[in-house]
Amino acid sequence: MDDLLSEFLTETSESLDVVDVELVHFESCPDDKATLNNIFRLVHTIKGTCGFIGLPRLESLAHAGETLLGKFRDGALDVTPEAVTLILASIDRIKSILAHLADTQAEPTGDDRDLIAQLEAAAEGGLQSRLPPPPVAKVEAPIAAAAPEQGDDNGRWDADQGRYLRPGEVSLADLEAAFRSADGPEVREAKPAAVAIAEPDEDRKAGPGASTIRVNVDVLESMMTMVSELVLTRNQLMQMLRATADSEFKTPLQRLSGITGELQDCVMKTRMQPIGSAWKKLPRIVRDAGQDLAKKIDLVMEGEATELDRQVLELIKDPLTHMIRNSCDHGVEGPAARAAAGKSENGTIKLHAYHEGGHIIIEVSDDGAGLNTDRIRAKALEKNVIDAAEAMSMTDAQIHRLIFAPGFSTAAKVTNISGRGVGMDVVKTNVELIGGTIDLKSRQGAGTTFIIKIPLTLAIISALIVGVGEHRFAMPQLSVLELVRAGKRCEHKIEQINSTRVLRLRDRLLPLVALSDVLNLIDDRGDPDHACIVVMQVGDTRFGLIVDEVFDTEEIVVKPLAKRLGAMCQYSGATILGDGAVIMILDPNGVSKSLAGAERAISRASDEAAAAAAAAKGEGDRMSLLLFAAGSTEPRACPLSLVTRLEELDASTFEMTSRGHVVQYRGRLMPLAAAGGSIRREGKQPVLVFSQGDSVIGLAVDTILDIVEDRLDIQLNDTAPGILGTAVLKGRSTEVMDVGYYLGQADPSWAAAAAQLETRRVRKRVLLVDAHPFFRNMLAPMVAAAGYDVTVASDLQEARGRLAQDAAFDVVLADADATSPDALAEVSSARIVPLSSRRDTEAVPKSDRHALLDAIERAIRTGEAA
Amino acid sequence: MTTQEFVTFRICDQMFGVSVSEIHDVFRPAAMTPVPLSGAEIAGVLNLRGRIVTAIDARSRLGLPPSTKSKTCQRLAIGVERYGESFGLIIDEIGEVVRLQESELEQNPVNLDATWSGVSRGVYRLEDRLLVIMDIDRMLAGAGAEDAAAAA
Repeated sequence: MDDLLSEFLTETSESLDVVDVELVHFESCPDDKATLNNIFRLVHTIKGTCGFIGLPRLESLAHAGETLLGKFRDGALDVTPEAVTLILASIDRIKSILAHLADTQAEPTGDDRDLIAQLEAAAEGGLQSRLPPPPVAKVEAPIAAAAPEQGDDNGRWDADQGRYLRPGEVSLADLEAAFRSADGPEVREAKPAAVAIAEPDEDRKAGPGASTIRVNVDVLESMMTMVSELVLTRNQLMQMLRATADSEFKTPLQRLSGITGELQDCVMKTRMQPIGSAWKKLPRIVRDAGQDLAKKIDLVMEGEATELDRQVLELIKDPLTHMIRNSCDHGVEGPAARAAAGKSENGTIKLHAYHEGGHIIIEVSDDGAGLNTDRIRAKALEKNVIDAAEAMSMTDAQIHRLIFAPGFSTAAKVTNISGRGVGMDVVKTNVELIGGTIDLKSRQGAGTTFIIKIPLTLAIISALIVGVGEHRFAMPQLSVLELVRAGKRCEHKIEQINSTRVLRLRDRLLPLVALSDVLNLIDDRGDPDHACIVVMQVGDTRFGLIVDEVFDTEEIVVKPLAKRLGAMCQYSGATILGDGAVIMILDPNGVSKSLAGAERAISRASDEAAAAAAAAKGEGDRMSLLLFAAGSTEPRACPLSLVTRLEELDASTFEMTSRGHVVQYRGRLMPLAAAGGSIRREGKQPVLVFSQGDSVIGLAVDTILDIVEDRLDIQLNDTAPGILGTAVLKGRSTEVMDVGYYLGQADPSWAAAAAQLETRRVRKRVLLVDAHPFFRNMLAPMVAAAGYDVTVASDLQEARGRLAQDAAFDVVLADADATSPDALAEVSSARIVPLSSRRDTEAVPKSDRHALLDAIERAIRTGEAA
Repeated sequence: MTTQEFVTFRICDQMFGVSVSEIHDVFRPAAMTPVPLSGAEIAGVLNLRGRIVTAIDARSRLGLPPSTKSKTCQRLAIGVERYGESFGLIIDEIGEVVRLQESELEQNPVNLDATWSGVSRGVYRLEDRLLVIMDIDRMLAGAGAEDAAAAA
């Protein structure tokens, strides 16, 4: 490309960016003469340059814009949003022409008569017609004053161009005369291109930007690489020096070391750019969005000078733009809604950037309505992002984070600003791609804050050096949460469930995976008494990585992986350590994938083992059971799937009502029942929370012991109420609780439904077909308690027999997981209700008592109707 | 008559030749870092004057038994630059530079093992032995690439 042209393009696009920002600023304070002058000067320069490079289309557009701006400057016209929009529109047109110019080196065909006409009309005061008519004198006088300065009055015939002059335009003859009197442009035009390259530099020396020069990015990149090498060599030398007792090289080497460090800092600085350069376009975006949406939005930017690597800067630009758009569209409310909420009509979006550790934090906050938790929850359910049980158990903050889930958009209407549902998940992916994290805080009515944490640079990262056997690996510090030493003499020890290793860490079970397993290293499982666990967080997954040793943290220069090795997701690159050794950098994402793989493999293995065992024994099913103590030291169990949440509540907040204990729980009253023991009066009370539709019930236990995955083989005994039976779990006999019994105690409405059915006198007959004794034993009493006559069958064959003997069953409850209930339809006219222990099928979930009783009720009603 | 210069080297008992222009340097691989999960052909990665070099074990690549010299530092590597990346092909012994007539290059014998014929451009009959001309690109691409190509 022509050097002159490329120089022009770079310069002009920079100027236009400034004009964008300044115009938005100018609109808000039209009295700021300095800003207006700056804009005018920039547009004028663009026009002038276009003129002598020979770009008539750009020139005429810039000219029309300049004329309008001139009117502002002279005070002939009041600054209106419409007029500013018009100028911004022409700036956009100029940009698109420039883009075309950059691609093809020629102006696109077509003209801008539409825009120019509007601009001219505006310059004539045309746009003001909608406003109260300004005093006539005010309009007339400045034109008269301005006219001589601009050459002549409007509409004068120009013989050279064969048309009437545009408002404010100078005839070619006058221009020629002006050019002849000035020597600059002619000399420039005559110069060969080679000279033209040097010239802008001269210009800059004279201008305010004299202390900066443009340098090709590739030069900076290669400088960075070389400095990295230099640093490594320096480190090697220093290490050698340490090994020798006394050396004449000591002093010069130390000086070399110091200078190398400074050089590294300097070169790093050349890559750094203030984040403000990524924010330049944002005021314009906010302004336009505000106009489109009829909202009044102020954009406040803080910490624009915060610097970060230009590579990171480029990658963060788009996500930021998207988030600002989102804030305008969904965050800030309209003026009326704001006024109603007692806020000022002007919404504020605040961008705040600052350094923290080796990271940069960018906060995007608005003072809008905040996230609507209920709507997000409903939407997530509707879009199957979560299921009902999750929706119940998630905290508000967790619900808010669902907006990062793929395909999630809560905007009631799709606007042209945002709302296509590809939003926040893309933002999140982009941020995570550069090793960053994103989180949000939201308060209903008070606004939302997004917090983005990104590394300062991608070239140098802080890494933890870990060792397995003889291997060393680097682990990006960003994903490391903490280090835990596990062993006999330590507080923590590694435990096993089946063959999965877990760690009890502050009352949570942390899944563990050994790095030696991830990388398939031959490792004799190290010394289990001296393992280090690196606790990592990848996305929402938190897990522990077992390593043999943790060395230290080091600033490492990330080198891309050879393509030959690139297919392995476990590594993100390689680096050279201070001692000259090459080590691989682990990719936390890849490592976490092997965790999932391991989990799957383990669960598959255990499934197979269970299936084999079940086949051998004839029956039995593995399920997750929650073990707890209540009333006695003997453990008790209940199926984990029935429990919505485990909580520790402050006993002092419990209140006594006529219906028993209640506690305020997540904005509602939750009845409490004691599972055997008594409810504490002070301190922390562990509570199992169960939920059914809208009602929530808490079961107070003494301590929560464990979660086990085991085959449940209940020996039914009817000694105590509330106990389904006793099973052997983890080698101990454990009483399995009848959750429904206790819940009925706490919330009479659970029993009320049953009682209501009881009063119907006519006992309907129900046949329950389920292969699992646990469910038979759990469901049969529950259905019986609801006033039905229950007969149980353990398989289809038995069920057929029962139905053949006695056709008078009203409803058949059949397990859809193990059998196909349809097979019974031919045998009996009874309504068949399929049951499932899973929640993701259409069948009635076994754990949902209400749903089950409702289904029976419905089946009976439809049966009677038929 | 066009001639070409070849650097000869020995892997196991076989002499190989590679065009001089394709070889960047010859170095002694020191302090190699193995890369777990990378397959046997990748001997590891190492630091060569500040560049990270991926070392390919030629014996393993050709399906030959591992060297009796267990320590790689006793061996030699041919440095090759490909696609902006540095590779080191670990060989047993470096030979000399020979100038050979291009017209004398013979096609691979048809009964040559598939792995070998994949990486061989042809054979020169020298006075005392045969010199296999190695296709460095294919050698570096890995056995997997050939299988994939064969499958496709």
